[in-house]
Amino acid sequence: MLLEKTLPAWNGFTTGPWMEQIDLADFIRRNRTEYTGDDQFLAGPTDATEALWQQIMSLTAEERVRGGVYDVDASTPSTILSHEAGYLNRDLEKVVGLQTDVPFKRSIHPNGGIRMVNDALEAYGFKPDDQVTKVFSEYRKTHNQGVFDAYTPEMRAARKAGIITGLPDAYGRGRIIGDYRRVALYGTRYLIESRKNDLDARGGFLSETDIRDREEMNEQLRALKELEILGQKYGCDLSRPAENAQEAFQWVYLAYLAAIKEQNGAAMSLGRVSTFFDIYIERDLENGTLTEETAQELVDHFVMKLRIVKFLRTPDYNDLFSGDPTWVTESIGGMSEDGRSNVTKSSFRFLHTLSNLGPAPEPNLTVLWSTKLPRGFKEFCAKMSIISSSIQYENDELMLPIYGDDYGIACCVSAMRIGKQMQFFGARANLAKALLYTINGGIDEKMKMQVAPKTEPILDEVLDYETVIAAFDKQLDWLAELYVNTLNVIHFMHDKYSYERIEMALHDPEILRTMACGIAGLSVVADSLSAIRYAKVTPIRDEDGIAVDFKIEGDFPKFGNNDDRVDSMAVDLVELFMEKIRKHPTYRNSLPTQSVLTITSNVVYGKKTGNTPDGRRAGEPFAPGANPMHGRDTKGAVAALTSVGKLPYEHALDGISYTFSIVPKALGKDDQTRISNAVALLDGYMGGENKGHHLNVNVFDRETLMEAMDHPELYPQLTIRVSGYAVNFIKLTREQQIDVINRTFHGSI
Amino acid sequence: MTYGMIHSTESCGTVDGPGIRFIAFTQGCPLRCQYCHNADTWEFGCGRRVTPESIVSEALGYRSFLDASGGGITFSGGEPLAQPEFLEAALREAKSHGLHTAIDTAGSVKPANIEQILEQTDLVLLDIKHIDDAACRILTGRSNKNTLEFAQLLSDRGIPVWIRHVLIPGITLNEEFLRRTGEFIGTLKNVERVEVLPYHQLGVYKWEALGLEYALKDVEPPTAEETQWAESLLNAHLVH
Repeated sequence: MLLEKTLPAWNGFTTGPWMEQIDLADFIRRNRTEYTGDDQFLAGPTDATEALWQQIMSLTAEERVRGGVYDVDASTPSTILSHEAGYLNRDLEKVVGLQTDVPFKRSIHPNGGIRMVNDALEAYGFKPDDQVTKVFSEYRKTHNQGVFDAYTPEMRAARKAGIITGLPDAYGRGRIIGDYRRVALYGTRYLIESRKNDLDARGGFLSETDIRDREEMNEQLRALKELEILGQKYGCDLSRPAENAQEAFQWVYLAYLAAIKEQNGAAMSLGRVSTFFDIYIERDLENGTLTEETAQELVDHFVMKLRIVKFLRTPDYNDLFSGDPTWVTESIGGMSEDGRSNVTKSSFRFLHTLSNLGPAPEPNLTVLWSTKLPRGFKEFCAKMSIISSSIQYENDELMLPIYGDDYGIACCVSAMRIGKQMQFFGARANLAKALLYTINGGIDEKMKMQVAPKTEPILDEVLDYETVIAAFDKQLDWLAELYVNTLNVIHFMHDKYSYERIEMALHDPEILRTMACGIAGLSVVADSLSAIRYAKVTPIRDEDGIAVDFKIEGDFPKFGNNDDRVDSMAVDLVELFMEKIRKHPTYRNSLPTQSVLTITSNVVYGKKTGNTPDGRRAGEPFAPGANPMHGRDTKGAVAALTSVGKLPYEHALDGISYTFSIVPKALGKDDQTRISNAVALLDGYMGGENKGHHLNVNVFDRETLMEAMDHPELYPQLTIRVSGYAVNFIKLTREQQIDVINRTFHGSI
Repeated sequence: MTYGMIHSTESCGTVDGPGIRFIAFTQGCPLRCQYCHNADTWEFGCGRRVTPESIVSEALGYRSFLDASGGGITFSGGEPLAQPEFLEAALREAKSHGLHTAIDTAGSVKPANIEQILEQTDLVLLDIKHIDDAACRILTGRSNKNTLEFAQLLSDRGIPVWIRHVLIPGITLNEEFLRRTGEFIGTLKNVERVEVLPYHQLGVYKWEALGLEYALKDVEPPTAEETQWAESLLNAHLVH
């Protein structure tokens, strides 16, 4: 029946099971045109593209002048339908839609927490709205209130001390990818019908789960109807499938727009759209309604919209996740289950926006790398990385067997089947601090208060490895239990008070949920344990007997030099903490996972953590994610890559992030050599025995960054990869800029 | 048992031979080049003691990178030819695992087993310090005779060579010397490329750390134009 109704939209597509039920993977497998050539076909920006981008650049400059926020609508909580249609330039835009009625005007999302909204407004010089404050204080409870009603004193103490931090208890958890492509392929009418059937299937005796499902599904149906009306505001009939490429971009974008209007999630990732779009583009190129120039224009305009996603967030939050990131992550490339790659011309076109519009942190361009990808695409990726430092790479050879060929990356490194899986984002636990608690009997070394349960402190004059390891193990038992418990509270409340209606409407009715825990300070702990084992580490205690510093005598192996003596300690630690997490029941029976990822919070974690036994000074940043500590990896890039590659993905299924910086000269003498060596670094890292999971590739000289620190006005688009995402360098705090500059630059003399 | 003394290793060499290379810097060099940026590799008898098997096994740990890039292992220095038994055994070991092998040398020593070494060598990076013998003695403390003979031997044996030449204002940046070097290179039949390395001062801190007097501290690096000019002179007679 559906097939008949929508013949014009599907005309020319290869038929298959995707016509009978929602199945994007099947649609893509049957219809994509793999491209194995090089980048010669690409087209430059059109006049309209250049004019629009110019407009965005001047709005960006004006936003900076206004202190970081251009304008806010403080009196209208954002919903799918809260604002009237807005345009950059209606005559030029091929893809329309804005979060509010005016470009760069932000909106508020008080469901997460009203205090966060009001703090943010005040910090940027706007007045909180009395009526909104009254509604969200007296009549409508927020996520933040719910969480704090359930938090135990121990959870509050752990949060305050920073042994668990970055928790999404006052902001939107994000990391959920709606399958926005469904709106283009099927139209909302079919999606609504289909969800109504799912709803009807939950009858008879209603368990608590069924009751919750029925409530959520009705919310989803409401959201889909609102999406349809949002379409009408922009003159688009989303109830039917998209009939050409321009509509496909427009439909997908409006679905995504509905999500970001409804949720200020930490990471609002897009999924995997480029090859999906390519199918529509190929059809239009064939029938002559599109040229390479106009196809590229669609991509450029779509990407432009993703670059200007704006949320109102507090300066504190931006300290943690610098540069105002939104993680509009788009996953590109990868292999298909049919043995060919998912590389299409549009994979190139998306990366080509870095040339047409210049580099930018968003969308978070993520290449799903496999040694089997076509050579032309690999070289193009390497070339664009060398030019722009704006791309991250994740190992498709590791992920395809687990997630199939239609997964996407949420945020930085979290893989999930699109529309079939979501995660409960859990930030991270500070393992370096846990090691200090081990030595100090559960007393926080900075706050000098008992945070973990009182245990026997380690009072040996010189730290003994076996003693420390045994006590550390117990400390981690406590931490893992508290951590999972805390996350259960947060996600219970998030579902209750700040449910992602439209994103979940674009999922299957039955999905896999993961409880995504995380760890920070991996290389600090590995190096500390190595120092305790291979050197002589003597704690220096204050008047209360708390170890506040450590005297280290002798040398010791350090993580990042392909030295198994210490690399194995890092590997064991990842596995050990994961095992401890797995022991605890999780909210909604979610599958526990963990990441080794800090984003830029490695700076804040470092600030909150005292001197550590590896020689790191109190307050100094941790290395980000799974990185070796700054400057301690001295055997060259390949040794460092090999060390990180040893970390076991099966015990860190939420991703292992490595941010890698190399000076251009160290890749080789000329452009072609640099490109082929960069390809080889990725092939060697991801295709070798170890199979590293993630790599941020930065190619620049330290001097460029120092120059940009002094003259930010000359570097408005300087983009660098930090940890699972990219930032505009000049938007980082000075501390974070210095942290980036102090990191290891492979090849610098 | 044969062993070698190693100063350090680099897992990601990209300029000392094709592809990504594992580089073993041997410890000890008979030359005392005035511009040396690795003066800490001069002294013999110190460093890390390794066997041919262990150093090659380190390289093999990076096999996926070496293979993906068409790279291999390079013995640099120091002067690798100054540890000839070790070098021969290590090259043989590397070849037995199918690794591409290169040695980065000034050719100033003439080991007895040079033929056996060359049998295991895929590429020689040959640093011609100075074409003029008298000037070479001042610059490096030794005659260039061995180097030029070694170059001839490599040509006779048909072993691929990358010639390197450090361009130092006031010392090698000299039209006559560069012409003579170019003519000499033109007599060789096996030169794949000629690289002019502009002199830099980045190794000076090592001299200071070693308590040595750095003679060239007032010498500035050559300009890009000078470097290009030198390249054209050195390539003038190149036979491909």
